[in-house]
Amino acid sequence: MGETQPAQHHGNADASSGSQPLMSVRGLGIRFKTSQGVWQATRKIDFDIAAGERVGIVGESGCGKTITGLSILRLLPNNFAGLDGSILFDGVDLAKCSARVMRAIRGRRIAMIFQEPMSALDPVFTVGHQIAETLRVHTGVGKEEARERTLEMLRRVGIASPDRRIDDYPHQLSGGMRQRVMIAASLICGPQLLIADEPTTALDVTVQAQILELLRDLSETSNTALMLITHDLGVVAETCARMITMYAGEVIEDAAVDDALARPLHPYTSGLLRSLPHLSPRHGKLPSIPGRVPSIMDMPNGCRFKARCPHAIDGCEKEQELRDAGSGRKVRCWRFNELDLPGALQHAPNAPIAALVGHP
Amino acid sequence: MSAPVADMDAIVSVRDLQVQFQTTDRHATVKAVDGVDFDVRRGETFGIIGESGSGKTTIGRALVFLLKPSAGAILHNGLDPLALPRRQFQSHRRDYQIIFQDPNAALNPRMTILSSVLEPLELAREGNKAERLKRAHEAMDRVGLPQDIGARYPHQLSGGQKQRVVIARALTLRPKLIVCDEVVAALDMSIRGDVLNLFAELQRDLGLTYVFITHDLAVVSHISERIAVMYLGRFVELGPTEEVSERPLHPYTQALLSAEPRPLPSSMRGGQRIVLQGEIPSPIDPPSGCRFRTRCQYAQPLCAEKTPDWRELARDHWVACHFADRPNFSPN
Ligand SMILES: Nc1ncnc2c1ncn2[C@@H]1O[C@H](COP(=O)(O)OP(=O)(O)O)[C@@H](O)[C@H]1O
Ligand SMILES: Nc1ncnc2c1ncn2[C@@H]1O[C@H](COP(=O)(O)OP(=O)(O)O)[C@@H](O)[C@H]1O
Ligand code: SF4
Ligand code: SF4
Ligand SMILES: [Mg+2]
Ligand SMILES: [Mg+2]
Repeated sequence: MGETQPAQHHGNADASSGSQPLMSVRGLGIRFKTSQGVWQATRKIDFDIAAGERVGIVGESGCGKTITGLSILRLLPNNFAGLDGSILFDGVDLAKCSARVMRAIRGRRIAMIFQEPMSALDPVFTVGHQIAETLRVHTGVGKEEARERTLEMLRRVGIASPDRRIDDYPHQLSGGMRQRVMIAASLICGPQLLIADEPTTALDVTVQAQILELLRDLSETSNTALMLITHDLGVVAETCARMITMYAGEVIEDAAVDDALARPLHPYTSGLLRSLPHLSPRHGKLPSIPGRVPSIMDMPNGCRFKARCPHAIDGCEKEQELRDAGSGRKVRCWRFNELDLPGALQHAPNAPIAALVGHP
Repeated sequence: MSAPVADMDAIVSVRDLQVQFQTTDRHATVKAVDGVDFDVRRGETFGIIGESGSGKTTIGRALVFLLKPSAGAILHNGLDPLALPRRQFQSHRRDYQIIFQDPNAALNPRMTILSSVLEPLELAREGNKAERLKRAHEAMDRVGLPQDIGARYPHQLSGGQKQRVVIARALTLRPKLIVCDEVVAALDMSIRGDVLNLFAELQRDLGLTYVFITHDLAVVSHISERIAVMYLGRFVELGPTEEVSERPLHPYTQALLSAEPRPLPSSMRGGQRIVLQGEIPSPIDPPSGCRFRTRCQYAQPLCAEKTPDWRELARDHWVACHFADRPNFSPN
């Protein structure tokens, strides 16, 4: 069971290896004004992303994944009441830099794509025009060169007959093609970081596999770091080197994907793995996590997972910090050392997924 | 095989089912379901899997007569419900319910939970007021909803609770079969298990039959006894869950299984992926012969010329592919 080295083929850098991370997030939190007062949606978010590294941000809906991605680009809703902490990106603090500096970084050095590409594409312009404009605005290249490079980019993201597709309008494309177009638009300026928020959730699994392969290849060949936001642990396992798990607005675990899946250190991560039908004997009762995520209006003190945690004891009501757990891992649970929590290794051998292992 | 004769165990028999729609401009016909045959056995969970647009929801709606087949037959317990007089047809339909993915669409935001659960009983004019109330409470109890939730409104409930309300609503009429169309797709992972467990428990206690439609392989293979794989309006494979998910015969099923992302460490994930090229073609003008041929890595000239027969290659295991019985065909 000790054979859980981080996967080599999964992105080239290890954030803990001493080199400067590309982005370093510390104490990030966001507050919203609402009719019921000010809500703290996320808090105390710490993580690093190295150049070219692929990191998955996982957790259930409402845990703060999207808002964390948007915070990095300061794409904040009108009712936001405050941003805490710092986001150091290549020496610039994105949480505090001027709007002008932010505009120069957004889209050019950090790009973002979403679950529904239609929301980001303008229906009245051809896809070629939209991609070329992004490039022209950020780099000032001429019309002709912009079109050339757009064609080249469309080819790279696997659009068949790009010279025809370049003049299509978004509605003429299928969901999978639109997502490819979005990826082309986001990568045309050669960003150092791509934030992808559930980019394959609306797609069929066969198309999802194509898009994930594309993201993996592009990040590898151009050394673009990927922050992949998803609720799907399988998607993270197939795409990323590291996995950051969020719960109720906080980061609760940060580890190499293989380590987190094989031997999760936080009871929530372990519980999530246990609840997957892939890892349970067929037709048997599926384990679930009792209760529900505490409401943003009524967060408990101390460990936010306490009310649902089978390992809660006296002491868990104390404030939990993200602790260093050795070998580049972090966990927000003071009991991590004494708990020996099951992961995929313990579940999979008698589960249907075992039959899939080694399948085509 | 196309004669409307039903298996004794069959609660539903589908024979050469076809459902067509006119496109909105009325210039073309969408063959959403184009010649499907199967039986659903009493008490089983019959899974249907396939990519979006393959016709799963259309089959589900046809099974409960929410829409009329364009051709072919759907028999309930060997009888054609469409041959029944109107009143009898209406009361017969109560035995066959359907639940969809989005509980918000199924629940009226201005009605209390209890009124929503009572509504089908009132529409069906079942019993008197006290009896209806008793049955509604029983149904809520069955799905694990505390009585005090009855006074609340949908927006005061979590997604998992709302889906339980929808299930309770369907149960009040004491159906024999429920078509479940993507019923856990909108739920978070940690809650999904609870709802799937509830379906299993209701089946055990009430002898229900399910047709379980989903695009999620892990879910369908967990809950179903048999799985049908659908592609562009047709079934391409049908068999016992273990067979279909561990020894898939059709290249499309093999590709689907291999595309499923696995939440396992890389040392355990193993195996090569078949990454299918392209996307599902339009059902307005499907490819000739085998509909999967435009994406199939094994396609031969014959595949464009001839539609593959629907064959029982192993006991209870059906497949539509010219070459599925060739040794070394499967890439394993
Ligand atoms: N504009 C907003 N006003 C108030 N609360 C918000 C707003 N946007 C997000 N939230 C809250 O912040 C939390 C995190 O949301 P989000 O980042 O969208 O979660 P995820 O992407 O993980 O599903 C949720 O509780 C959500 O209700
Ligand atoms: N009411 C309708 N009018 C026109 N086309 C429809 C209608 N309902 C479904 N279709 C078409 O029929 C095909 C099958 O749809 P559907 O049964 O919803 O597939 P699935 O549930 O597998 O995603 C699709 O091409 C869809 O666009
Ligand atoms: S701190 Fe306590 S309650 Fe929280 S996860 Fe750890 S053991 Fe469970
Ligand atoms: S009939 Fe031909 S095209 Fe169709 S699945 Fe079989 S080999 Fe592939
Ligand atoms: Mg989100
Ligand atoms: Mg559907």
